[in-house]
Amino acid sequence: MSATAEPRLSRGGPPKRPLRLSWSDERVRGIVWQVLVVAVILGIVYWLWSNTVHNLEVRRIATGFGFLEREAGLPIGESLIPYEPTDTYLRALTVGVLNTLKVAVIGVVLATILGTLVGIARLSRNWLLSKIAGAYVEVIRDLPLLLQLLFWYTILQGLPGPRQALNPVEGVFLSNRGMKVPALVWESGHSWAVIAFLVGLVITFVYRRAARQRQYADGQPRKVWPVALAALVGLPLAAWAMGGAPWTIDWPALGGFNFRGGTTISPEYFALLIGLVTYTAGFIAEIVRAGILAVNQGQWEAAQALGMRNGEILRKIVLPQALRVIVPPMTSQYLNLTKNSSLAVAIGYQDIVSIANTTLNQTGQAIEGIAIIMLVYLTISLSISLFMNWYNARIALVER
Amino acid sequence: MGETMIGEDVHLASAVRADAPPAIVLDKVNKWFGALHVLRDVNLQVATGERVVVCGPSGSGKSTMIRCINRLEQHQEGRILVDGIELSDDLKSLDAIRREVGMVFQSFNLFPHLTVLENCTLAPIWVRRMPKREAEELAMEYLTRVRIPEQAKKYPGQLSGGQQQRVAIARALCMKPKIMLFDEPTSALDPEMIKEVLDTMVMLADTGMTMICVTHEMGFARQVADRVVFMDRGEIVESGTPDRIFNDPQTDRLRLFLSQILRGH
Amino acid sequence: MADTTSNIQLGTAIGGVPGEASAPRNPPVATTGAVAWARQNLFSGWVNTAVTLALGYLLVRWALGFIDWAFVNAVWSVPVVNGQAQTAACRDIKGVGACWAVVTEKHRFILFGTYPFEEHWRPAVVCLLFVGLYIVSAMRRFWNWSLVAIWAATLTLIGVLMWGGIFGLSYVPQERWGGLPITLILSTFGLALAFPLAILVALGRRSRLPAIKVLCVLYVELIRGVPLISLLFMASVMFPLFLPEGMNIDKLLRAQIAITLFAGAYLAEVVRGGLQALPRGQYEAAEALGLSYWQKTGFIILPQALRLVIPPLVNTFIGFFKDTSLVLIIGIFDLLTAGKTAIVEPAWQGFGVEIYVTIGVIYFIFCFAMSKYSQDLERDLNRHRRR
Repeated sequence: MSATAEPRLSRGGPPKRPLRLSWSDERVRGIVWQVLVVAVILGIVYWLWSNTVHNLEVRRIATGFGFLEREAGLPIGESLIPYEPTDTYLRALTVGVLNTLKVAVIGVVLATILGTLVGIARLSRNWLLSKIAGAYVEVIRDLPLLLQLLFWYTILQGLPGPRQALNPVEGVFLSNRGMKVPALVWESGHSWAVIAFLVGLVITFVYRRAARQRQYADGQPRKVWPVALAALVGLPLAAWAMGGAPWTIDWPALGGFNFRGGTTISPEYFALLIGLVTYTAGFIAEIVRAGILAVNQGQWEAAQALGMRNGEILRKIVLPQALRVIVPPMTSQYLNLTKNSSLAVAIGYQDIVSIANTTLNQTGQAIEGIAIIMLVYLTISLSISLFMNWYNARIALVER
Repeated sequence: MGETMIGEDVHLASAVRADAPPAIVLDKVNKWFGALHVLRDVNLQVATGERVVVCGPSGSGKSTMIRCINRLEQHQEGRILVDGIELSDDLKSLDAIRREVGMVFQSFNLFPHLTVLENCTLAPIWVRRMPKREAEELAMEYLTRVRIPEQAKKYPGQLSGGQQQRVAIARALCMKPKIMLFDEPTSALDPEMIKEVLDTMVMLADTGMTMICVTHEMGFARQVADRVVFMDRGEIVESGTPDRIFNDPQTDRLRLFLSQILRGH
Repeated sequence: MADTTSNIQLGTAIGGVPGEASAPRNPPVATTGAVAWARQNLFSGWVNTAVTLALGYLLVRWALGFIDWAFVNAVWSVPVVNGQAQTAACRDIKGVGACWAVVTEKHRFILFGTYPFEEHWRPAVVCLLFVGLYIVSAMRRFWNWSLVAIWAATLTLIGVLMWGGIFGLSYVPQERWGGLPITLILSTFGLALAFPLAILVALGRRSRLPAIKVLCVLYVELIRGVPLISLLFMASVMFPLFLPEGMNIDKLLRAQIAITLFAGAYLAEVVRGGLQALPRGQYEAAEALGLSYWQKTGFIILPQALRLVIPPLVNTFIGFFKDTSLVLIIGIFDLLTAGKTAIVEPAWQGFGVEIYVTIGVIYFIFCFAMSKYSQDLERDLNRHRRR
């Protein structure tokens, strides 16, 4: 029926009808309902608001965000930016946000890696491996995260003191003060190497595109990996060598009652990170498994019948389809991990919730304190979901 | 397919009552989906007791037209009168029309969580405010008419497609409608089930019910229809007795359509 | 199976070949039996074998270590002198054996908090009632309106038992409740209250009325964008400011409101999933029969949509059950808080692991049962739908 398929566009478009003031007019009903609901909600909000204003007056609680400029006077154990208790509340809260991001970003990366491994292990043909992975997923998901955090924190606190610290690997010390690891003394040569790596990344990307264009032109595939290896490994190494090949390690060593040198991972951060990563990995494993299973067996067979090799099938056929199933639930797991990092307050890691909570206790400005917490999380949530929506739209399957 | 099963030469006696007011009037009806003009100045009058078959290629607006008649879709220009009541935003008139007009869908749309009997009694009880006992008796009567009274306690998922569609017809009849709309009632059925549904529809036509039926079953159209309406690209192109439409098409569009239909069989 | 054979018989080219079929032979390598199973699933190829051996070794070593710690070297009870537990025996074996004595000593406190000791049968019965309620709700026989009545009756009975004050039961103020009943109350009442809210919000989100839709979207997205803790903080420090002077609602109720609002947003999304999954034809058929909006929703749409989303609903419920433990942070005496408080006493300090393992087992029993149920149900419903 090809003759009839072509749609024709009209010039005028649908016209509007006049509104009749009658209860049996659907649109009148709709407007009445909406006005009613909005009025009720506004009424409740107004009632709560006026109560709050009255209560604040009676209790002589200040309002507004003026307190942000005042001296905080609250000590913070670990911070990514320089901080003293004499700094302002604003700076203290910034430290909190950065601490939240520190645990969230590293947690997301580690949880993705661990979760993917466990998810693949669950699909393993090795019975023992798949059963162990299954048991891990089941147990970890059926226990409250808070319980797990307290458990890990208790275990870390139960470690011996610095003098009897466990020393599993040369240079790594585990004690109830946290984990001490060796640190690289940063010099300009390292910065050059990092810059070279980024340049190498761009080179690889550009070369890959060019190679593909040329392949499309003459059909001959070109190897990308030698160029990638040179750009991503050789170039940074060369830059590092030209910068004088600096290589100074700051080894932690026991001196007196504590360690000197190296970098410390505090027990609070460590417990929070372990807890968040192992917990979220349990959920991610299920998502990865479902994603891989969702790709129809027929897709493998069809690709094999076309003569593609297993690696190619995985890269070009299976993974793109699995990702489509995986990405949306993965987004919500990333969001969950970020929101769950707020449980830090229970074990004393100073994230935004913990610091804002101390702030609102010190200043008595509860509304502002909670507004700050919510604003921070809403911003993070919105950013992650915007990014993921963009990514999702990019890889989405086009269907009619 | 279906037409071989029904005698082509026998035509049901017409039940058109010329004295009564028309059951359905469409007067210059226009409708758009977004900017797509799907109904263009459609004019149609259906007399009480008249049986109209609507045919035409897919995407020609036949389904949209009959869905406008009980306002599952809203037309945007022109007037539609059903049983003398004009369709508008007025919810009271809408309720009245939905009570008078029964509809049978291509995909049955039975409620899978209710038994066959409950499917049939739900609307009579809650819309017609009929006592439950009475509604059940009525439902059993219609289920007997469509020849599946023994399935009353089963769930739709346990029935074959043809049986489901007959239940759907019984469900619509239980509202005692004056007008029945059929939207491609046999398109989703396997060939061997088409006949049982068509037989039910023929039986219904025999009772003098006003019917509008979108279908490609030409045998059914020849046997039952007082009038066949051919639609294409949102317009009514031709209309007339089955004999004239099938044997003496006036336009190229209808000739093309008929040749495609016949080649398909 | 039957279909394929009949097809073959119909196809003359295949079915019509004359002659005897050759006798079936055994496969060259055994494919059944324990040895064959192990060869296929544990020792196929050297990588697989290595993985099996390594994992097996680690598993056995870990299991032996755990048995040593939890059973062989464990201390199950300690003497109590003048109301003071003598925990020296526990301190001696710290690190090599578990001190289950802390659980023996404190289990009543962990389970029921500071509820009057001689009245502990009441929270115990309440816990059993909750379990019974879950079991009844899990049975498909009760998936109709009678379930609402059962819930209402049970929850009322639970309230009577916990508070007392009538039927000769002594009155127990809510400040003295604690332990497992609090966890069950917060999650179950939260669900019961959040569910109707969630249905309304889900319907509102699909409404054609823009103002109502916007309100519902705002509610859902705002709640889902912030952590539960921030809502609990709000409940504990901001709610008192919201209310007129002199009006006060206690902490547990405030936390319950926060959890309900939180649960409502998540459940609404689950319900919306069910509403979306329902074919359009169902809406149209209901409209064509002349059913009104609420008749259509109540008789046709909700019964089907809710049935579709029972597995995700159970999963969401498991989530809330675990999340109620967050009330620890605002100092409400639930199971986890009771456990944490039990080891504040100097004599028992440092035995957190034993306490958390015990509490973990309790949570695990509830959550595992629910998740197994939801998995079975999903399998069942899928099979049903395919048919």
